Amino acid sequence: MYFSVWAALLLGTFITYKAAYIELGRFNAAVALIIATVKALLVALFFMHIKGAHEKLLKLVVISTVFFLFILLFLSMADYGTRSWS
Amino acid sequence: MSMATATIQTVERENYLNKEYGVGSWLFTTDHKRIALLYLISITFFFFIGGFFALLIRLELLTPAGDLVQADTYNKLFTMHGMVMVFFFLIPSIPAVLGNFLVPMMIGAKDLAFPRINLLSWYLYIIGGVMMMHCVLTGGVDTGWTFYTPFSTAFTNTKIVEAGLSIFVAGFSSILTGLNFVVTIHRMRAPGMTWSRLPLFIWAHYATSIIQILGTPVIAITIVLVAVERTLHLGIFDPKLGGDPLLFQHLFWFYSHPAVYIMILPSMGVVTEIIACFARKRIFGYSFVAFSSIAIAVFGFLVWAHHMFVAGISLYSALIFSLLSYAVAVPSAVKVFNWTATLYKGSIHYDAPMLYAFGFIGLFTMGGLTGLFLAALGIDVHVTDTYFVIAHFHYIMVGGALMGYLGGLHFWWPKISGRLYPESWARLAALIVFLGFNLTFFPQFVLGYLGMPRRYFHYPQEFQVLNVLSTAGATVLGVGYLLPMIYFLWSMRYGKPAPDNPWNAAGLEWMTSSPPTTFNFETEPVVTWEAYNYDELDKPRREEVKVVG
Amino acid sequence: MSDSTLIGLHHQEEHHPELLHHFAEAQQQRDAASLGMWIFLGTEVMFFGGLFCAYLIYRRAYFGDFGAASKSINATLGATNTAVLICSSLTVVLAVWAAQTARRSLLLISLVITMLLGLVFLGIKADEYKDKFEEHHVPGASFSFDHVPIPGHPDQYANPRHAEIFFALYFIMTGLHALHMIIGLGLFAWLLFMAWKGHFTPEYHTPIEIGGLYWHFVDIVWIYLFPLLYLIDRHP
Repeated sequence: MYFSVWAALLLGTFITYKAAYIELGRFNAAVALIIATVKALLVALFFMHIKGAHEKLLKLVVISTVFFLFILLFLSMADYGTRSWS
Repeated sequence: MSMATATIQTVERENYLNKEYGVGSWLFTTDHKRIALLYLISITFFFFIGGFFALLIRLELLTPAGDLVQADTYNKLFTMHGMVMVFFFLIPSIPAVLGNFLVPMMIGAKDLAFPRINLLSWYLYIIGGVMMMHCVLTGGVDTGWTFYTPFSTAFTNTKIVEAGLSIFVAGFSSILTGLNFVVTIHRMRAPGMTWSRLPLFIWAHYATSIIQILGTPVIAITIVLVAVERTLHLGIFDPKLGGDPLLFQHLFWFYSHPAVYIMILPSMGVVTEIIACFARKRIFGYSFVAFSSIAIAVFGFLVWAHHMFVAGISLYSALIFSLLSYAVAVPSAVKVFNWTATLYKGSIHYDAPMLYAFGFIGLFTMGGLTGLFLAALGIDVHVTDTYFVIAHFHYIMVGGALMGYLGGLHFWWPKISGRLYPESWARLAALIVFLGFNLTFFPQFVLGYLGMPRRYFHYPQEFQVLNVLSTAGATVLGVGYLLPMIYFLWSMRYGKPAPDNPWNAAGLEWMTSSPPTTFNFETEPVVTWEAYNYDELDKPRREEVKVVG
Repeated sequence: MSDSTLIGLHHQEEHHPELLHHFAEAQQQRDAASLGMWIFLGTEVMFFGGLFCAYLIYRRAYFGDFGAASKSINATLGATNTAVLICSSLTVVLAVWAAQTARRSLLLISLVITMLLGLVFLGIKADEYKDKFEEHHVPGASFSFDHVPIPGHPDQYANPRHAEIFFALYFIMTGLHALHMIIGLGLFAWLLFMAWKGHFTPEYHTPIEIGGLYWHFVDIVWIYLFPLLYLIDRHP
């Protein structure tokens, strides 16, 4: 089962690499980040064994961390994104 | 298991203090109680250093002219006062001293989850402290404790990198303490100690630890960026080279705002314990107080740009942050209401810890309400960067956090040292602190509203009276702080030996000996009662509350 | 410290020598170690997060200049490195499985291959850094980035100051990542030594599990670094 995850990860890398050379406009970044997130989830769920964890606590730790990271990223963007409005 | 009529032992029982002697037994200890004492000594040292700088600041401000020190020196004084007090006193204080000592005992554990990491935390703190002292003694830093760019990265000639690295190291001490507490509280609770039976002190430290864990790394990386930029002359924060100084401020305040909740939450936990004990009542609204601690931790991460309202952020984001800042006041207010409701129809005792708790409630409320003034954009434009802000945060940090710390030290002193402190002196000191504090900082609200800027060492003549009052108050405050140092030390030698539970307080920590043995509990306690069971403790037919096990 | 006579352990079976005195049972110790490592990884996410925040803001502001700078780093090497780390993550889970099932040789081989792959990663990174050094793309006094066209706008040149910000972030982010790799290698060297001494059993192999968690985290950071740094604007 680990080997299928491994194969999926390598495939994801290959797709990311190739897709970067195709003109997708604004979606290039989105595609790359979505694939990266899928890969990260695969590593976290299967290699780091979150999927089989008997407690919800570990999932809570991961989700809270990601939540606060997003707060840092997106609330700062609230400033930078709206500076040109006024 | 104690009764007020316990006979005073003439032969000292073995406890964590007398188990082993020698410097090595202290420097290589993994006993959370000994580590707590190591912290107590070190942070008291840094409190005096920070206080020394405060004294010099207040002396300079006695006169309108800048005549005691030079301008650059004055910049260094307020910078070092801030850096030492924030990073080496306030942030560690209650968690590292009272938290380390009490968290395992309150949950019925033998030690924290990672005792060796706990010792590492202390060593990191000391290393950071030594680096900071070296920086202080070789010229210090003059950027303000907020070391804004590009002044700190491109213009100042002072030791930014060294000071920054000292804070970086101390920051890891903070992270590891938080990590230790979270794992301990999740994994080491005694049988029967469910989440809803935990003392609210534990909930407060849990919330604090979340902030330490998630926030501190951000200022760590910010310090790295500043150090790299300064050394290699990069332009990440330098507008001349395409950088944005506000990016620094965003990253800095993303930690430094939640940091103030690191400073206040543990103090609120202490106050909760004291009020329950000295009103002889269960805390009113236990779940509200518990969840408000978590809410403060979470909301605290959403408001940081209220420190940047006039710095150049967009108006729309300023509106968002202003609104969120109003939201963060709500859980704090919830706590104040719950404390007040606990006091109502309680059987109030005016021992020294309770005096500090009362002081806390009043002063914290004032500080917190003035925070709302600052959260309003219109008012903030007028009073930002004035003494109004200084008064606001000193009301919370000193009137709040520090009073809670002192109250907690008094409350648990018999447990920590096995000695009773002299109660009359303690009450006197509490009153002196309260009066000195108000005399020092209330005038500063007025000064700020009248327009006196912060970080200036000369000011218009008409502000002198208020400044003199403030300095006078600072002297009184200093006396108030010296007194406990003296009588705590005195009590270690000459104080009456303390019974196991001098206050007849609820909580597992009071069911150990005073001072406790190294492993706290001889047999693992099994908890079958709710927290703050004062109605049972105070039953007329004195039934000993036995630890079953 | 390990004065077990003071402890009223209720268990009749003799406890594992690895059981520390303040824990009641081995499962508690394992759970504590696991939670501790996950929380530590949380702090690392926030640590790198500050850098991602800075990167995000400047990429939005200086997209063209960042695109030009990104084009000058070798995406093929970056992709190769990504594959290398993914393979090393596989060998790490194999090592954990080997420890769980008492397969000593597989455990040792997996640990060794993990470390070798880590070294390959660092070697490729060093090669990339050397290229950057030779092209004067290292931020600082000798930085130069003149007359480099912005992808998609061959008539416009990238602003060297903005490109320098890209490279500053590139070196700091990949440098910090590489530092974590080196620490990981040190950690695994220690794990290899302990495994070779026969220290790990199916009942006790917690260090390998939590070492593995650390390694996977370092892999995840790179999974994000690769597209963000190397693949900004490659298509024109």
